Amino acid sequence: MRVTFTVNGAPQEADDVWEGESLLYVLRERMGLPGSKNACEQGECGSCTVRLDGVPVCSCLVAAGQVQGREVVTVEGLAGEGGELSTVQQAFVDAGAVQCGFCTPGLLVAADELLERNPEPSDGDIREALSGNLCRCTGYEKILDAVRLAAARTEEAV
Amino acid sequence: MADTTSPRASSSVTRTPTSLTQGSTTKGGIGESTLRPDGILKVTGEFAYSSDLWHEDMLWGYTLRSTVAHAEIRSIDTSEALATSGVYAVLTYDDLPTEVKNYGLEIQDTPVLAHGKVRHHGEPVALVAADHPETARRAAAKIRIEYADLPVVTDEASATAPDAILVHEGRDDHHSGHVPHPNIVHRQPIVRGDADAAAARADVVVRGEYVFGMQDQAFLGPESGLAVPGEDGGVDLYVATQWLHSDLRQIAPVLGLPEKKVRMTLSGVGGAFGGREDLSMQIHACLLALRTGKPVKIVYNRFESFFGHVHRHPAKLWYEHGATRDGKLTHVKCRIVLDGGAYASASPAVVGNAASLSIGPYVVEDVAIEALALYTNNPPCGAMRGFGAVQACFAYEAQMDKVAAELGLDPVEFRQRNAMEQGTVMPTGQPVDSPAPVAELLRRVKSRPLPPERQWEVAGGAADVRALPGGLSNTTHGEGVVRGVGYAVGIKNVGFSEGFDDYSTARVRMEVINGEAVATVHTAMAEVGQGGVTVHAQIARTELGVTQVTIHPADTQVGSAGSTSASRQTYMTGGAVRNTCEAVREKVLEIGRRKFGTYHPAWATAELLLEGGKVVTDGGEALAGIAEVLEDEAVDLELEFRHRPTQAFDLRTGQGNGHVQYSFAAHRAVVEVDTELGLVKVVELACAQDVGKALNPLSVVGQIQGGTTQGLGVAVMEEIVVDPVTAKVRNPSFTDYLIPTILDTPTIPVDVLELADEHAPYGLRGIGEAPTLSSTPAVLAAIRNATGLELNKTPIRPEHLTGS
Ligand code: FES
Ligand code: FES
Repeated sequence: MRVTFTVNGAPQEADDVWEGESLLYVLRERMGLPGSKNACEQGECGSCTVRLDGVPVCSCLVAAGQVQGREVVTVEGLAGEGGELSTVQQAFVDAGAVQCGFCTPGLLVAADELLERNPEPSDGDIREALSGNLCRCTGYEKILDAVRLAAARTEEAV
Repeated sequence: MADTTSPRASSSVTRTPTSLTQGSTTKGGIGESTLRPDGILKVTGEFAYSSDLWHEDMLWGYTLRSTVAHAEIRSIDTSEALATSGVYAVLTYDDLPTEVKNYGLEIQDTPVLAHGKVRHHGEPVALVAADHPETARRAAAKIRIEYADLPVVTDEASATAPDAILVHEGRDDHHSGHVPHPNIVHRQPIVRGDADAAAARADVVVRGEYVFGMQDQAFLGPESGLAVPGEDGGVDLYVATQWLHSDLRQIAPVLGLPEKKVRMTLSGVGGAFGGREDLSMQIHACLLALRTGKPVKIVYNRFESFFGHVHRHPAKLWYEHGATRDGKLTHVKCRIVLDGGAYASASPAVVGNAASLSIGPYVVEDVAIEALALYTNNPPCGAMRGFGAVQACFAYEAQMDKVAAELGLDPVEFRQRNAMEQGTVMPTGQPVDSPAPVAELLRRVKSRPLPPERQWEVAGGAADVRALPGGLSNTTHGEGVVRGVGYAVGIKNVGFSEGFDDYSTARVRMEVINGEAVATVHTAMAEVGQGGVTVHAQIARTELGVTQVTIHPADTQVGSAGSTSASRQTYMTGGAVRNTCEAVREKVLEIGRRKFGTYHPAWATAELLLEGGKVVTDGGEALAGIAEVLEDEAVDLELEFRHRPTQAFDLRTGQGNGHVQYSFAAHRAVVEVDTELGLVKVVELACAQDVGKALNPLSVVGQIQGGTTQGLGVAVMEEIVVDPVTAKVRNPSFTDYLIPTILDTPTIPVDVLELADEHAPYGLRGIGEAPTLSSTPAVLAAIRNATGLELNKTPIRPEHLTGS
């Protein structure tokens, strides 16, 4: 089947998609957007998190066909037009929240959505919003630091 | 750099690893928290992990694995699979191209594909290559295998019974001659002093039996890679691994290719923690690529990943500790039985570690120690962060608490009275010849203020359930919740031990580009997330006085860097980079002396350094710009670096200077337990660690927090459950094998001590593993403190706390 949807603001099309293919597979293997990760393909780790019509979802659990005509934002869509990092991306780099980085794309999409919804999250709010995203390397402390930093920088900028 | 001369296929491969070039606005040298050179690529999604590789006409490989643990293979019928449209190849044992059909880190006992028999659940039996991953999976499901079940051995009693079925018949490896039973991979006793005589002096004797569950590394990036057949009959392999050259040594003979025709490049690695020390899909992808003449990509899913790598050895441990009334240990006797599963992997070295580190960081003159690893039909076990020292630390720290309680002493004070220090002699007879601040680390975690009680209470008398045991399941608002505090400290060796000739290689090039002196560092070090690439750039800046450093992708075009394991890479490849940089600096100075030596006497007389792009005297006087010295000359050197030699442990007495360096960490855990439901919330897990010298403080803290969290995981949730009757894995998924989430993980305050080890580069100490040791027993101690229960098993499950 053919699937057409918007990815990071641009229309995209994939042909010969098999019904069982996930949104994650289509993004990674058919659209050349491997930023969303495939740590479990079981809906348990959050490494594949993208926003579907604004809502964070595990793209490994979404059938590609379901996305027809809808809007998807992936990690590749977070940076600005000129490639300048978003506040959250920069904060992850600066805070040391990235080790192997395999969890990072999903965490960034989830954190970005949190800060949009709740610009001044408490630690409890951050933990709750990111509780679907596993990280095996960092022990999460620096990820919390990064989200706090991004929130503070966003506030400063306002 | 000049790697373009090799016959690589990379031009048509997309998403391959790229060089990382990073400038710095500060000096960017060692001791600074410079940022990762790969950080920006990782936050934009551009970083090329091994599962992201792509080639235009590539096929997908799939591995068919055994559905039973121990069986004869009566027949394999691949005809239907081969006839499936879209399938390009189906391979079994009979298709292996050479006489070399096994591989292994130390003992080559692991079949590339099963031959006549499978020895554990999930063993690879056949391979399929097809044009879509789903086609490959479906074709594999059409392969018919007839198994005839064999009895399984699953523990010490069944494996060493006189009539036990042998996991490996006709064993003929370098350990088979000294083990008491062919189902024992390796056994290491250590005898020092006279434990029986010392026991007679003890006022209290405490015995305990402990069980440590099977932990999974659970790195997030799945086993994956891409093999591209080369025009010369060789193959280019892009893969995530911990040690390229060790892979190469095992892959090439199976393929029947000389090593130079198997060109390996490290792709982005999504964590490792020991689980990538053994091969997974490497040979399989190469076999399929060479058979089909097409590039082949293999990516495991999480289910397969649980079968695709070795795990941490589960263990049973028996300990006896004695002490005098004044709180001094008299002796320790222990026996550690590790389950190595069906293949040897790193078991022999894990045994050596477990034995030599079995009594912990304490002074004990009289010991009787035995550690061994079994062959069973359980999943193979091998390297995982902490490597044999983790299981022992869990047990000896529980013992230390029990002895302290018997003596009526504070558990921290009792540990401090027995703490080793520089000069203490290990049970192996090896003196510890660098700082061992065990008592001080304990003091530091203990003196930290405790987190406030009842932190879940929010204004208006409500409860924030996120801060309570059970969390968002909303199981308690504070009723039945009790607090406990526990301490632990551990000792880990750094580097490869027991006489292994361990070395690392670094190539460093210095040249002038656009008028600026820049350096390129090329090693085969596997960056698995730990931040080695950051540190290499820092070392080059410090030693060569440049700001811009390029890190070349790791590959086999340069000499071996050894493994990214055993907390050894900053010591070893960091040491190699420093060593080569020093030689490069000498060459630069030589050129400078040749060109400018006559202009200034300092060229001949003073100690010269490279700093801020200039040649300077140790008094700070600038003699020339490096760019002026080099002009269009480049200095390019590749050198090996070794640590002090070590010795094998005597097979009977365990004596020998077996280890390179020791590393120490201590934890204090604060937990809250819902005693009615048996749910645990770890509130804080504070760590103090001596790192010798923090080359990058931000990364050091990140390593300590990550290691601490893996220790927390195995304390309260992580375990691969193997059916004791069938030896099949029951929970190969992140649904059933739980690792800590951000809600399960507490704040982890870290106190870093820097006491230099004069034998190591910059005085540094390998840091990655020590925090994984003491974290688990500290959490267990805190839960015991909260509940009053004995708790001799990890992970702790609710039923252990409620007794139901
Ligand atoms: S890959 Fe989708 S949740 Fe893990
Ligand atoms: S940084 Fe490796 S999984 Fe999070």
